[in-house]
Amino acid sequence: MVKDMPLNVQRREIVIPGELLADGKYLAGANTIKEGDAIYATRVGLANIEGNRIAVVALAGCYIPAVGDQVIGRIVDIGLSGWQVDIDAPYPAMLPASEAVDHRQEHLKQDLTRILDVGDLIIAKVLAFDRTRDPLLTIKDQGLGRITSGRVVKISPAKVPRLIGRKGSMISMIKRETGCQVIVGKNGRILVSSRYPFREQVAVAAIYKIDREAHIEGLTDRVREMIRRMIMDASIHPE
Amino acid sequence: MSATPQLSPIAKMERRTLIDLIESGKRLDGRSPFDYRPIKVRTGIIEKANGSSFVELGKTKVMVGVKVELGEPFEDTPDQGVLTVNVELVPLASPTFEPGPPNENAIELARVVDRGLRESEAIGLGELCLIPGKKVQVIFIDIYVLDYDGNLIDSSALASLAALLTSRVPKYTVKGEDKIEAKGEDAPLPIKNYPIAVTAAKIGGSVILDPSYEEEQVMDARLTITVDKDDKICAAQKGGLGTFHPSEVDSIIDRAISKSSELRSKLLEAVKAGES
Amino acid sequence: MPRSIQNKSDRLIGKDGIRVDGRRLDELRPIKMEVGILDKADGSAYIEQGKNKIMVAVFGPREAHPKHVALTDRAVLRCRYHMAPFSTEERRSPAPSRRDMELSKVIREALEPAVISQLYPRTTIDVFAEILQSDGGTRCASITAASLALADAGIPMRDMVAACAVGKVDGEIVLDPCDIEDKNGEADLPVAIMPNLGMITLLQMDGKLSKEEFERGLNMAIKACVEIHGRQREALKNKYLEIERSMEEYGGEEQ
Repeated sequence: MVKDMPLNVQRREIVIPGELLADGKYLAGANTIKEGDAIYATRVGLANIEGNRIAVVALAGCYIPAVGDQVIGRIVDIGLSGWQVDIDAPYPAMLPASEAVDHRQEHLKQDLTRILDVGDLIIAKVLAFDRTRDPLLTIKDQGLGRITSGRVVKISPAKVPRLIGRKGSMISMIKRETGCQVIVGKNGRILVSSRYPFREQVAVAAIYKIDREAHIEGLTDRVREMIRRMIMDASIHPE
Repeated sequence: MSATPQLSPIAKMERRTLIDLIESGKRLDGRSPFDYRPIKVRTGIIEKANGSSFVELGKTKVMVGVKVELGEPFEDTPDQGVLTVNVELVPLASPTFEPGPPNENAIELARVVDRGLRESEAIGLGELCLIPGKKVQVIFIDIYVLDYDGNLIDSSALASLAALLTSRVPKYTVKGEDKIEAKGEDAPLPIKNYPIAVTAAKIGGSVILDPSYEEEQVMDARLTITVDKDDKICAAQKGGLGTFHPSEVDSIIDRAISKSSELRSKLLEAVKAGES
Repeated sequence: MPRSIQNKSDRLIGKDGIRVDGRRLDELRPIKMEVGILDKADGSAYIEQGKNKIMVAVFGPREAHPKHVALTDRAVLRCRYHMAPFSTEERRSPAPSRRDMELSKVIREALEPAVISQLYPRTTIDVFAEILQSDGGTRCASITAASLALADAGIPMRDMVAACAVGKVDGEIVLDPCDIEDKNGEADLPVAIMPNLGMITLLQMDGKLSKEEFERGLNMAIKACVEIHGRQREALKNKYLEIERSMEEYGGEEQ
């Protein structure tokens, strides 16, 4: 079907901006640009070919909010009607007071610091965002709210899909093998928590390994190996 | 730090109209793609300056004052006079000009005009030395933009040359070790070349010369080629957010060389007429 | 460009067509490129070209401060070319000179066509080029490194930008002039292109060239830019290949 149309790259080949990926009747996927029939990469990443769609899995890049995204944010300022939240994006996010309390806690709105104070970390969801205004957040849904325990680490947002894995396979494996609770923010911030600090360390090491080696095949196996080895080493030589 | 400039609001509305017009071979003011606007040159208007000019290129108005003083030469050229070019984008010239020290546009303009004069050796700097290593003539060219309607480079270059051609300085004689005697004020400067800057602008896929203000607001990029009296290129400067294809550069160079002769004759004629 | 050769009989090109630093007329200086060398920057690159040593960092896209410099439909690209006080033979003042301001502008304009700025309205993308040691052709090397740093930061681009200068020395058109050749030559012509699109994004000249020399020089520079682009591709890929290599070194990792 598409065999005779010129494909310039192999699957999973590292490509750079401006590199010609294909010239023919292909569809331009993520991180590509189409000029006439030619499709070029716009970012450094791995070439990905699925049927007749060519995309680039970016290996670097900032977080651009999308409605529905779960993110981990840090309160940086308090205004009259809500909080300004840093979500590590080029746009400052707003969490309106109405999206932080339900009708039973209305009285708390008098003093916003009683709900969230500057420096607090939250798990939130992006409610709205478009080209003309800054992102709006909510913490009203199940599983959202102020973070009270655990460690938050930062990886490149471009690697988050790899951390989650196909159908959540990678993140489930990490949770299972380390016994930690892991909450992934699409903005590259990850919350890891466990009763045992050592287990948190192992999970964090796994997360950083994924950040570094996302472009190399066989990652899931390597990460599992590393986790098992770290836990075994610790049991042989307890602190 | 240089930052992407704010785009003028007219850019979006006018762009389509301008592009369509230019593609049909005509411009907003009725000119053909390679026509310059009418040029008017007046010289000798600032008596306190050694030389001066007032040039109008269409509605763009540029005044240049040349002051010549005695000063020290640069260390690495002890036997040469000094040339320095400065530009003021005077706030009264445009609602977009703010008062303050020269911004990147003023500096770029000054340096491009300077390049044209310096690389063509328009002024015989070697003839401006009085006492090597100690005293030389220093030429200050101050370009004062008074009305900004596009193409400041070409108009400033023309005005600078006109002012230089009509500058008058004292006759200097060196007496003894380091005494300099100045007599009168009607010796000309040693002008050896007549560099002419020709600026092309790319709009849509078409190239035009001498862009007006509106054309500059919608252009992709501009390319200035400065040509001397022997058809040698002595300066080139691409500006703007767009790009040029190498073949476009070639054709712009050809246009610039032929246009520069035309502009040079006009200028020399006007200066001669003014002096008589 | 002051034109004062102390001794007029000092030629910069020998009878055998070899230049002061031993190069042929059309030879580039040795180039070394590294990507991702700074921890705090979103993207970074380091380039050595002859004795030039240049570091470039990219921050962004990030919030525009102050707000009024922001553009509603695209990111603002900001660019700073700056020379370290110890970068030249004689110490130079750290205050930005007129030359620094002009170069900051032309470097920014060389990168603008490549950056797909429409994707990040109301933000700024900041490019900081620091010349740690200068030996001629720094604006071109800065553009080459800036392009690497932008790619390293994951900023979407239509194409890379590669830059190189040619000069005229002792009547010959030469590639990639060093400082001595620059200061004592007859012309200097820096060029930057987007290699895959074949479009020129930086073009300047000072000196004296005939039309034919200009065009010959331009072609030579463009060819060199294409070669430099090949090195850029290597440098970007190397960052990731290095990780793979260091993995193998520590052993025991199954693929």
